[in-house]
Amino acid sequence: MKKHLAPWAVLAVAAALTLSSCATGTGSKGDADVTYDPNATLSGDLQVMGFGATDEIATTRLDRTEQALGDGVKVSLIEGDLDIQQFLSAVASGKPPELLYVDRNKLGSLAARGAIIPLDKCIEGEGIDTSQFVESALDQVTLDGTVYGIPEFNTVQLTMADKSLLDAAGLTIDDVNGSNWDAMAAANTALMKTDGGKLSVIGVDSKLPEFLPLWAKANGADLISADGKTAQLNSPEVVQALEYAVGIYDAQGGFSAVKAFRDSADFFGAGNQYATNQLGAMPMEQWYLNVLNDVSPEATVEFDTFRDTSGEPLAFSTGQAWAIPSGTKNPAAACRFAKTMTDVDSWVAAAQARVDARAADGKAFTGLLTANSAADAKVKELVTSSGDAKWDDGVAAMYEANDHTFSLPANPADQEFTTAWQDAVNRVLNGQADPQASLDQAQDEAQKALDKAWADLQGEG
Amino acid sequence: MATTTGLAAVTATGPGASEGRRGRGARPEPPLTPGRRRARRRNTIAAILFISPWIVGFLVFTLWPMIYSAYLSLTDYDVINDPDFVGFDNYVQLFQDPKIALSLGNTLFYTVIQVPLHVLVALGLAVLLNQAGRRSSGFFRTVFFLPRMTPPVAVGVLFLLLFNGQTGLINTVLGWVGIQGPAWTTDPAWVKPGLILMSLWAVGSSVIILLAALRNVPNELYESARIDGAGFWQQTRRITVPLISPTIFFVVIVNTIAAFQTFDEAYTAFFGAGNTTYSNDAALFYVIYLFQQGFQFLHMGYASAMAWVLFVIIMAITGIQVLVSRRFVYYEGDQS
Repeated sequence: MKKHLAPWAVLAVAAALTLSSCATGTGSKGDADVTYDPNATLSGDLQVMGFGATDEIATTRLDRTEQALGDGVKVSLIEGDLDIQQFLSAVASGKPPELLYVDRNKLGSLAARGAIIPLDKCIEGEGIDTSQFVESALDQVTLDGTVYGIPEFNTVQLTMADKSLLDAAGLTIDDVNGSNWDAMAAANTALMKTDGGKLSVIGVDSKLPEFLPLWAKANGADLISADGKTAQLNSPEVVQALEYAVGIYDAQGGFSAVKAFRDSADFFGAGNQYATNQLGAMPMEQWYLNVLNDVSPEATVEFDTFRDTSGEPLAFSTGQAWAIPSGTKNPAAACRFAKTMTDVDSWVAAAQARVDARAADGKAFTGLLTANSAADAKVKELVTSSGDAKWDDGVAAMYEANDHTFSLPANPADQEFTTAWQDAVNRVLNGQADPQASLDQAQDEAQKALDKAWADLQGEG
Repeated sequence: MATTTGLAAVTATGPGASEGRRGRGARPEPPLTPGRRRARRRNTIAAILFISPWIVGFLVFTLWPMIYSAYLSLTDYDVINDPDFVGFDNYVQLFQDPKIALSLGNTLFYTVIQVPLHVLVALGLAVLLNQAGRRSSGFFRTVFFLPRMTPPVAVGVLFLLLFNGQTGLINTVLGWVGIQGPAWTTDPAWVKPGLILMSLWAVGSSVIILLAALRNVPNELYESARIDGAGFWQQTRRITVPLISPTIFFVVIVNTIAAFQTFDEAYTAFFGAGNTTYSNDAALFYVIYLFQQGFQFLHMGYASAMAWVLFVIIMAITGIQVLVSRRFVYYEGDQS
């Protein structure tokens, strides 16, 4: 019997050894041996994943960056949005790219797992001035006090309203900018219209689920504590904010009706909701201003910042960041690349290229939010008037919003946390749960994920 | 041959009917001469060489990943760091996770409704095509198969357009006959039925397979049946269905497995490009949740455990189907 068992035992041990030796990660391989020096001559390959040079803002900065890297560095781009599967495959094969271009709200998970390295040495060695970055953007790339990404671009929300609909209902944009929730609810019912039992004009679109953090903050609540360790999803203020924002839909026949009507709109085309007077107002990211300006310059749209209940401007900041994966071969070049792409001179050069391109098309330059305050100030000086006050007001509102941003701080379970609160909102929108019960469930899910992730992170540390 | 003896022989599929050719009548083979043995060995080697690309592909791309995922299912693994062995913790956690029950329930509902509906629609279309003339049949075969070529992601986006509760084509058509269609894309009660209806978009491949089976049913059987006075339904029940039952069984098995693994369309419509933040629990199928765990939350060990549970479920259901098929599926080669 023992004779028969021996070969199987050998096979089992061999299989176990083979299996366990297969999955060797690159996590937590830092840059202790790397020297970052702004004057150093660099060489080698630099593969960038998740970034595409698709417009003049990207190509102008990329050209400058390649000059800063020198002829010795060969830059290659893996274009398109970051594909996390592609990145993980590269990591699993032991050949991660040199640089990642990633949504800031995904950075915490990657940092906690050691997939990307802390940038302290890079920032100090290359002389990157982090004080220039917009504070909320920097918060999003800082985990447990350590910076893991160089932020770029800032997305903020504005109130976008149909002035002709407001005028017809005897309302102003102050009634729909969030500063007075009772007035906004009343405006919603005044603006909405139905035709044959179907919604034909949306009064107000509260843009759930994505803007729950904005509604909660407007009501004085954060979804997560400043240190990123405690979920606060079922606080009374968040529950109240969700009830209110869902109520906006309920007053129009429910989320199903609003979403179905919203989905049928030609969102990016000349038949958009403002051009066809099908939407009273909504909070929306600033890039949509450019879309409207391009496709329907005659639309009777009006802009303001989104405001909290005390009337102060408020915006939920999101954007991208540059991060250096663990185990990469050329962190020095990656650091120089991130620095040059986000420095003030690069942004100004890129903005000037955009100004020229827009001028050639007979259009105005509507500004750019870079996540770098110093660059924002200089780029703002390049903004050109469209000759139409409504668009100029929109650009002014965008810059005002950029000065009043908040963000969700980085945390090691950011994907689970985001999924928890979005699922909670969706359960309410789909009529599967009431706000309190749904947010209680989300709180439980999110806190469990946070506790485990922080424990894992600090266990490693 | 059974095919020449009319209705009686076709339906004679009772116990023992399959034993004749394989069992009692078989003669023992004569001993092999050294020459024949060498020739047989050469043939065997040649055969193995011919199928070796498939064997290598199977070992490298199927068997090895399966073994490896079984190992990973016993670990805490995030792809980035080395796996930590955790025993059966993932499996224990799996049975405590309410989303597993939710996603399995959704998947089971989808499978139970979608598979029979898919087979019935495919069979109906195949019967219609079988009645058509040669030329028109070829045209319609192509027409029915074309949607199968549409990328599933496009089908997911198309679903959102066609089934839009306010302006979608489906509700518009229902409105013509006085029916107010539901909110297919948001109402949890209608999300899965909508996805099931949309899945019929890809019924073309089953139509082609069933049509091929129908074409193989000998006309003589129908002629004999007609002479015996059998009507359309009797012919269908006694001739058509028994003779194409192996093909129906194949379509059922393949579609059951595919239904348990359904992902693309629902993911696109409710979790991916179609909706970046809006989602609907009613469309959370098991493989979508597996994908979220593995590639969004980087819980690859947990996702591997989920994959093995799904494998066991599919194997069990396929086993049951095979057992049940012995009673209902007719194989010509098994008849004496």
